[in-house]
Amino acid sequence: MTTTTPTRRATRRAAPRATPRAVNAPVRGRRSPLSSVALHLTLIAASVIAVFPVLWVLLTSLKPAEFAITTDFFKETTVENYTNLLRDTPFLTWFGNSLLVAGLTTVVGVFISATTGYAVSRFRFPGKRGLMWTLLITQMFPVAVLIVPIYNIMSSMGLLNQPVGLVITYLTIAVPFCAWMMKGFFDTIPREIDESGYVDGLTPFGTFWRLILPLAKPGIAVTAFYSFITAWGEVAYASAFMVGDENLTLAGGLQKFVNQYGAQWGPMSAASVLIAVPAALVFLFAQKHLVTGMSAGAVKG
Amino acid sequence: MAVDTPSQSVAKAAGDVARGRSRGTGKPRSAAKRSLSTHWYAWAMVAPVIIVIAVIIGYPLIRGIYLSLTNANERNVARSIGVNEIPATYEFVGLDNYADALTGSQFLSTLGWTLLWTVACVSLTFALGLALANILNRKIAGRSAYRLMLILPWAVPGFVSVFAWRFLYNQDNGLLNKILAGGGIDAVPWLNDPTWAKFSVILVNVWLGIPFMMVALLGGLQSIPSEMYEAAEMDGANAWQRFRHITMPGLRSVSTTVILLSTIWTFNMFPVIFLLTRGGPGEATQILVTQAYKFSFEVSPRDFAQSSTWGVLILVLLMLFAAVYRRVLRKQGEVW
Repeated sequence: MTTTTPTRRATRRAAPRATPRAVNAPVRGRRSPLSSVALHLTLIAASVIAVFPVLWVLLTSLKPAEFAITTDFFKETTVENYTNLLRDTPFLTWFGNSLLVAGLTTVVGVFISATTGYAVSRFRFPGKRGLMWTLLITQMFPVAVLIVPIYNIMSSMGLLNQPVGLVITYLTIAVPFCAWMMKGFFDTIPREIDESGYVDGLTPFGTFWRLILPLAKPGIAVTAFYSFITAWGEVAYASAFMVGDENLTLAGGLQKFVNQYGAQWGPMSAASVLIAVPAALVFLFAQKHLVTGMSAGAVKG
Repeated sequence: MAVDTPSQSVAKAAGDVARGRSRGTGKPRSAAKRSLSTHWYAWAMVAPVIIVIAVIIGYPLIRGIYLSLTNANERNVARSIGVNEIPATYEFVGLDNYADALTGSQFLSTLGWTLLWTVACVSLTFALGLALANILNRKIAGRSAYRLMLILPWAVPGFVSVFAWRFLYNQDNGLLNKILAGGGIDAVPWLNDPTWAKFSVILVNVWLGIPFMMVALLGGLQSIPSEMYEAAEMDGANAWQRFRHITMPGLRSVSTTVILLSTIWTFNMFPVIFLLTRGGPGEATQILVTQAYKFSFEVSPRDFAQSSTWGVLILVLLMLFAAVYRRVLRKQGEVW
């Protein structure tokens, strides 16, 4: 049977469920080998579809540029696409800019969505319902409408071509969703913990910072993941707000690069792989919390 | 960041103010009685978000609504050529833009495709995400490895995965067509034929959207107590009945939230369409958002009024949707 290795990530909820089954081996949970095979086949097929497009780009990036469109999985494996990319383009500068913007967005975004989520979850204050609605409605705003006015605001505040300008813009995309999630997550943390903090003489902020925030790690992981991915992969604002080779982030830089190389898939694929790496790292770090964090956030939404 | 430090100190200061009363802060029941000063603390905590939203969203929105009531375009807005400042000469035209948009065929046909796109994407992602979440919720060898791979599309930046798909879709050299050719099937114009292009963009968006759905639903599944399944099994419920009467109700609240969010996001899904087809071939895959973007960036002269009009209409449609959705849920006794 397949009941080996109950993963540690199976979470506390799944754990008690597993125990009686293993001991008494009741009817429920037993599966015919045939259906096990069917489940595995389904999962394998789904995983292949999920992974393949990205994997194919990775494989392409390792072929010499002139073989980029061949269907062989490996052909004269080489890293020349990468060396060309790093030598001939300001890729590293763009990469650094993106890292700065995405990093700042993540840190600030997590902090202010946590405070907002906490306030909405714990306090009843005038304007709370309105705030919740605003957070939802903000997500409905089409980029196309906002981009020109935001451009004007940024230019009048002198924030064009500054990472800070992009960070503020990305916060407006990431924070509404994240604050919603955090609110849901804080709702699952018992209020008694807050009260014990007050009894011990902590201020509300102290309670939030020292007691609640450490308990909210899964929620924070999801929020951080979402903010980072949002900022890292955004294209429209990045290409509108940043000009000049040394200021571009990856999204904008890559567009230049496409024109420069035309239909050359080789260097493009190398760039894509390098861009995917930091996102994958953040993902690996956050993924074991994703399910717990998301469920708490979304269930209570 | 400028927003960060001051807000933190403000929040701390406000926390000190509230200290004397802080014991009561955790009990919202008596909140109505407390004086305004108690709320400072909560307001300080939400202030950064309010300020950023007001400046970056509120002002553009008002300006957008204003522009949609004018005939502003590239030729008549304020601009500077060299040292000469040219003042704006556009005029207030009332609701003309809205009348044009709603009576013309372009808006309505784009809206039709946008609705089709949203419904197809959301229902497919939800169905597939639910199926995968149910499989992953069973005990199965290698579960965490499968989960890792299945969430991957979410972790990859959008423009990278869209690039990957363009690469696969390429009509002459793409892998998909080469595989089909191996089976003796003619090349499929994935992105070059209006119908195929619609199919292709939906496929990519579903591929991108499944991980979010799956993760959210998996969390929902894990919060259903297993005792319920055991009890149902004792009573002789079969697998379908257990799914229908325990799993579905158990997932209700998480499903309603993710369907709402996913509908909003899909309706406004700019990057997928823009990067994959740019709305083409022709205008076949143009959704409302990409068309609005096109009005203000790609057509000549750039038509800001038209673009804003479409944007406001998008917003109105989505707000209507959210309100109706909420009302339906409330009628069914759902607290949301």
